[in-house]
Amino acid sequence: MTKRRELAKWLVVLVALHCVIACAGFFAPYDPVTQDREHPYAPPSRLHFLDTQGRVHLRPFFYPLRIREGSFDQYQEDTAQPIPVKFFVDGARYKLLGWIPCHLHLFGVDDARVYLLGSDGYGRDQLARILYGGQVSLLAGWLGAGITLSLGLGVGAVAGYYGGWRDEILMRLAELFLALPWLYLLFGLRAFLPLSVSPLEAFLLIVVVSGTLGWARPARLVRGVVLSAKQRDFVRAARGFGASDSYLFRRHILPETSSLLLTQATILVPQFVLAEMTLSFLGLGVPEPVASWGNLLANLQQYSVLMSYWWMYLPALAMVPFFLTYLGLASALQEWSDFSKIGASREQG
Amino acid sequence: MTILRPKSCHYGELLRLLVALVVSAAPVANALTQQANSNEELLKLSGEAGRSGGRLVTSLRAEPKTLNPVVATDAPSQEVIGAMQADLVHINRATQLTEPALARSWKISPDGLDYTLTLRQGLRFSDGQPLDAEDVLFTFRVYIDEAVHAPQRDLLIIGGKPITVRKVDAQTLVFHFAKPYSVGERVFDGLAILPRHLLEKPYQDGKLAQLGSLSTTANQWAGLGPFRLKEYVPGQRLTLERNPYFWKADTQGQRLPYLNELVFLFVPSADAQVLRFQSGETDLISRLGSENFSVLAGQQRGYTMADAGPGLEYNFLFFNLNDLRDKTGPDTAGKQKWFREVKFRQAVSAAVDREAIVRLVYRGRGAALWGPVTPGNKRWVDAAVPHPARSLDKARQLLRDAGFQWTNKVREEPALVDAEGKPVEFSILTSSSNADRTKMASLIQDDLKQLGMRVQVAPLEFRSLIDRVTQTKEYDACVMGLVSFDADPNSDINVWLSSGGTHLWNPSQTHPATSWEAEIDRLMGLQLTVTGGVQRKKLYDRVQEILAENQPMIFLASPDILVGAKNTIGNFHPAVLEPYVLWNVEQLYLRGTAGNAGR
Repeated sequence: MTKRRELAKWLVVLVALHCVIACAGFFAPYDPVTQDREHPYAPPSRLHFLDTQGRVHLRPFFYPLRIREGSFDQYQEDTAQPIPVKFFVDGARYKLLGWIPCHLHLFGVDDARVYLLGSDGYGRDQLARILYGGQVSLLAGWLGAGITLSLGLGVGAVAGYYGGWRDEILMRLAELFLALPWLYLLFGLRAFLPLSVSPLEAFLLIVVVSGTLGWARPARLVRGVVLSAKQRDFVRAARGFGASDSYLFRRHILPETSSLLLTQATILVPQFVLAEMTLSFLGLGVPEPVASWGNLLANLQQYSVLMSYWWMYLPALAMVPFFLTYLGLASALQEWSDFSKIGASREQG
Repeated sequence: MTILRPKSCHYGELLRLLVALVVSAAPVANALTQQANSNEELLKLSGEAGRSGGRLVTSLRAEPKTLNPVVATDAPSQEVIGAMQADLVHINRATQLTEPALARSWKISPDGLDYTLTLRQGLRFSDGQPLDAEDVLFTFRVYIDEAVHAPQRDLLIIGGKPITVRKVDAQTLVFHFAKPYSVGERVFDGLAILPRHLLEKPYQDGKLAQLGSLSTTANQWAGLGPFRLKEYVPGQRLTLERNPYFWKADTQGQRLPYLNELVFLFVPSADAQVLRFQSGETDLISRLGSENFSVLAGQQRGYTMADAGPGLEYNFLFFNLNDLRDKTGPDTAGKQKWFREVKFRQAVSAAVDREAIVRLVYRGRGAALWGPVTPGNKRWVDAAVPHPARSLDKARQLLRDAGFQWTNKVREEPALVDAEGKPVEFSILTSSSNADRTKMASLIQDDLKQLGMRVQVAPLEFRSLIDRVTQTKEYDACVMGLVSFDADPNSDINVWLSSGGTHLWNPSQTHPATSWEAEIDRLMGLQLTVTGGVQRKKLYDRVQEILAENQPMIFLASPDILVGAKNTIGNFHPAVLEPYVLWNVEQLYLRGTAGNAGR
């Protein structure tokens, strides 16, 4: 029972995190590509409850940031005009979940822009960029993992079930794929592509390429499970009664792989998110001005950014809770599936 | 018997005697080279007198490819050669005016065709060999020889004919131009005089181009510059040492240069150069980006950062105006209908927020541009070129006049479409290695989005970018920058002539494609032969005005020249012409005491 509760706990956290990213438009106060050229590299605005006279305000407020005279990136708070935070305000238009037009935001302020997590070199809101960037990176992770798993399942099942020369060929091919230097392959591939790819094309390209390159490992795992499953007594019995291959697959063999696939998925999604980030970090991923966690971090390649603006590191922190929950979920799943297997064998016993 | 006698005398003693002689003679010889010989005409430089000795370390982004001025084209090579070679007449990087160098003086004949140059007395190459008019004759023979492919050759072809050189006597030479040449004696700047005694044989064997690699031994290479080759460590550094025969002296008659050694470290990236400078490993840093400049300026520890003002680099956006009719390539040809429309280009120019570019890309350390001549080039900039403020309304009006309109869909941002309803979309190429220009393109992308244009930024590796722009012509638009090597308009003549190879928007045309390009051709041709600065200035002003009117290039901004040096370095006076810091390397010296000299 505790195993199941553990699993549920991780799942709830994961779903909550994904909801925040999926509804980025609502949680982010601004559009991620709108530039505020008066506020490049603005540090995170501080949320105040106490004003300069020492009075306590129940509604938190900001002081607007002004650039110090003669400086480029030194800001100071203008304490003359506090701007109270408002909740559920109208703001920039966005599409909820990609298609419901909306303009309601969780919070916002009147007549100014505040940056909870600072702004980048173009004065774009880091919070909005991290949230919207998460959409790109996580979706790339999900789709990539999906492609990999379905390929891996197909190849692994065929190799494991039919064996013989099919197994030989497919497994040698898998070894070849494991040995490929995929990063350089991607570099090479990018060189062949047309010059200006739209953000959507670039995104699909990353997903498809990273997805198809990663099938070998899950295929080998699936093959192992299928190999052992087809030897099981009940499978042989079913075959003895004249069950067809497709029936056996559907009814007995593929269900055996389900827990493996689930655990693999929870491990692969963060891996593919990382792959997207690596590519975008190197400038091969989603192009500007679209945000993704990788190209947000690409700013850190510049020494001056690295030294001067600590809030540019925040996108790196954003992915930590995601990866933690994915890994937590993976281990909970593992334990749960072991546990349920033991339970199942006891029942049979 | 007498011959054998020395054998019996003690060799050890003899050796000791010899060593003692050499040791005692060394300071004498040193003192001799420090002081001018009576028959030597040293060029006395004004400016702060420094102290001799010490070693100065600076960094280069890449290893120089060669020390040979006849084949050098890359910037690191040119920087190193600049410290090792000298020219007849030199452009002072600070005043941007010519001044005597190896030639003590020059006279121009009334028809402007003959230049009589008189060489300084007692000049010697860095290996001690004397220089005379024969060396100069040899040098120009080499530069003009087509088989050598010297990059300087183009500069010496005037009116379709090469300059001819005639020797009058050992110190006097006459240069004959086929046509009057308005650039005048500036043409001699940067033409290093070659040592005939070392290079004549290889030249006759056709092996000149192979000479001067970095692994050349020090005694096989010589020049007339302040420093000479000492040591090269592949992948690490190139060390030059003081040329004891250098022909310049300070106000007190002390022979220059002050420094004993000049070391170039090879540091591959800009950030690594900053780190080296910060840690004190290098004494000088130049070609700094504004972001790194502010990092360094923010934590000044024993060094001074200097902003020398806008340099001669101009960055611009241009559209593909090539004739693509016979190309089956991508849809650029279809978009050229917009690009060729002058109002479209003017609208783009009106929509570009140049102030934001200067502020966000250069952090205020730069100048907005409306023409190719930067405010750093005080003599040639045309004050009459208008500097209109950014105006989206004006841009929209221009587009409307040119037949463009906006879609009016509910809940969608209005998109710009042409008269046939085709949406205006194009991509802008930038060099992926140049963060500044990529940032400019991103800002322009956002500016044009407000006009309803959909623009993609396509960062591309620099070589393939150049290839696309000049060879295959597969691009829509491009953000690029050029650096004039001299303040004189002629340094950019290949950009403005429609037949020029760097006439970027439509290079190497056989006939000018438009009437305004023909007019620029005419004006540029005219200013070449007109003598008298005022008349020339008028002609070049007109060129700048035509460019501003027709916007074949939408000029964006020019960065300041940003440099830094340790506080211990004297005579540090950065200039806006290259080499920004080392132009007066012979006068640079290390302040302070033994600590430096002993390094």
